[in-house]
Amino acid sequence: MRITQGTFSYLPDFTDDEIKSQAQYCLANGWAMSVEYTDDPHPRNVYWEMWGLPMFDLTDPDVVMREISACRAKFPDLYIKLNGYDRTKGRQTTMLSFIVQRPKHESGFYLERTEEKDRQIKYTIRSYAKGQPRDSAAIQN
Amino acid sequence: MAVTNISGKKKNRWAAGVTPYAEMGYYDADYEPKDTDILCAFRLVPHDSVEPIEAAAAVAGESSTATWTVVWTDRLTPYEHYQAKCYRVDPVPGTDQYIAYIAYDIDLFEEGSIANLTSSIIGNVFGFKALKSLRLEDMRIPPHYVKTFQGPPHGIVMEREYLNKFGRPLLGATIKPKLGLSARNYGRVVYEALRGGLDFSKDDENINSQPFMRWRDRYLFCMEAVNRAVAVSGEIKGHYLNVTAGTMEEMYERADFARELGSVIVMIDLTIGYTAIQSMAKWARRNGVILHLHRAGHGTYTRQKTHGVNFRVIAKWMRLAGVDHIHAGTVVGKLEGDPNAVRGYYDTLRENKVAVNPSLGLYFEQDWASMPGVMPVASGGIHAGQMHQLLHYLGEDCVLQFGGGTIGHPDGVAQGATANRVAVEAIIQARNDGRDYLNEGPEILEKAARWSPELRKALEVWKDVTYNFESTDVPDALATLTV
Repeated sequence: MRITQGTFSYLPDFTDDEIKSQAQYCLANGWAMSVEYTDDPHPRNVYWEMWGLPMFDLTDPDVVMREISACRAKFPDLYIKLNGYDRTKGRQTTMLSFIVQRPKHESGFYLERTEEKDRQIKYTIRSYAKGQPRDSAAIQN
Repeated sequence: MAVTNISGKKKNRWAAGVTPYAEMGYYDADYEPKDTDILCAFRLVPHDSVEPIEAAAAVAGESSTATWTVVWTDRLTPYEHYQAKCYRVDPVPGTDQYIAYIAYDIDLFEEGSIANLTSSIIGNVFGFKALKSLRLEDMRIPPHYVKTFQGPPHGIVMEREYLNKFGRPLLGATIKPKLGLSARNYGRVVYEALRGGLDFSKDDENINSQPFMRWRDRYLFCMEAVNRAVAVSGEIKGHYLNVTAGTMEEMYERADFARELGSVIVMIDLTIGYTAIQSMAKWARRNGVILHLHRAGHGTYTRQKTHGVNFRVIAKWMRLAGVDHIHAGTVVGKLEGDPNAVRGYYDTLRENKVAVNPSLGLYFEQDWASMPGVMPVASGGIHAGQMHQLLHYLGEDCVLQFGGGTIGHPDGVAQGATANRVAVEAIIQARNDGRDYLNEGPEILEKAARWSPELRKALEVWKDVTYNFESTDVPDALATLTV
């Protein structure tokens, strides 16, 4: 299973040069870059862990690459994404967000159905990886 | 219609009988529009016997206080205040057309009511005998009036944050065949399209609740399909469940059911009417459900250059009325749409401030006073091989809807969806890399097709499909350049 969140999930995984080129595009637009990681890529998990604060006022994409490398070194088997954020009035939101590392095995999700009255079904999506309670300290930065 | 009395002398303003509109105060070349005025640009072709200024004044009169004859009851009012004023009439070079600019005081309109606004502005004047034809080209809605409307229930930014999708156009497909599938088979197409890589699938405008598929059955099967697709992709997906129905009560019932099933989005047709649209906008805001509008029927009055209402005006009304998505043209697809005019619609829907731009058909500046933008939807005869052109003409904040271009893929619906997704991501990557993606587009797509068999097949099948018909409606600034 390959989760397809993020701007470029249907392309082959980017090389570091390709990632850097996208970072360069974000920085040229004046966007703040941030790195986030998680062991829980549930489609409704909005808040991945922050790898430090967003990098404001940056011009050098090598800094972004260094942060990605450091995050990868610490969490080699978690999901990591890179975000570009535009603070401009009327936007004030993420402009680009793509996965730059995936676990070796992506365990995916299963769909739990609860049958209710009148043929209605309530759906719940669960991460296979989230079968057991995790040690939350283990993924804190 | 040039009315003079028998003596040929100018008639007293209050003498009973018929007085030219221009002499009753509906034309004032010296009038300076106030910041709070609603401004309109009308394209008119006067009847042969009518002076252009009188024709323009007649439009101002009949869309505000006037009737065909002098009435003494005007004198019970500060009528100067309530009279619309035509302040400028420009001939359109090389034609028998004129552009008339008319200012309306904000007091003429009820707050937050598209029905009231349109009953005034387009209520009475389009059948006027003194005119051969009339078209409302553009409106300036002042921020004071904008602020009386709710606007889009969510808007582009909120929609993206809600769906967790950034940096590329969203992709959709309208389920085909548009009529005749049973609910179970219909849901199959939804599942395949979404699992293959689309963000949305969509009911067509005329899928409501017919004998072959009742709405409730469709909703149940579609939500099974949507949830399955979310589980296999790990991505938020949605299907526009069309809630259009014969009465408001039935629409609420359907929309409530869609919300209960967890649908992120519902859809309505323009044919339900402005008031129903505004009601659904309130419902969508209250319930946190994205609202998609299909512009069904608009071509009957937006397409002809000299009569009707330009789509940019409909776009403005719909941003005020409050929808999150609206179909607004593709440029390259099978439906009408001059590139510059379409760009004008997209700017009108998405930007916060829009400047006057004759080459885009924008007659007035428009300040939306921070009202969120509407996501334009491009739908109708587009395919993966046009992805570079679509991004160039339409930008990133839009939904590209490939119905035939997904479902018609020779290897299957999911493969068609994947082809579209690969194509859009490859073009976005190239754009961000700084490449000249418009000119290098075919090359970029070819390269991606080397590792994506889905895209390769799509490019082979549709490579020669283009729709090069001349547009019936091109902004004057450009039409004049080419004649």
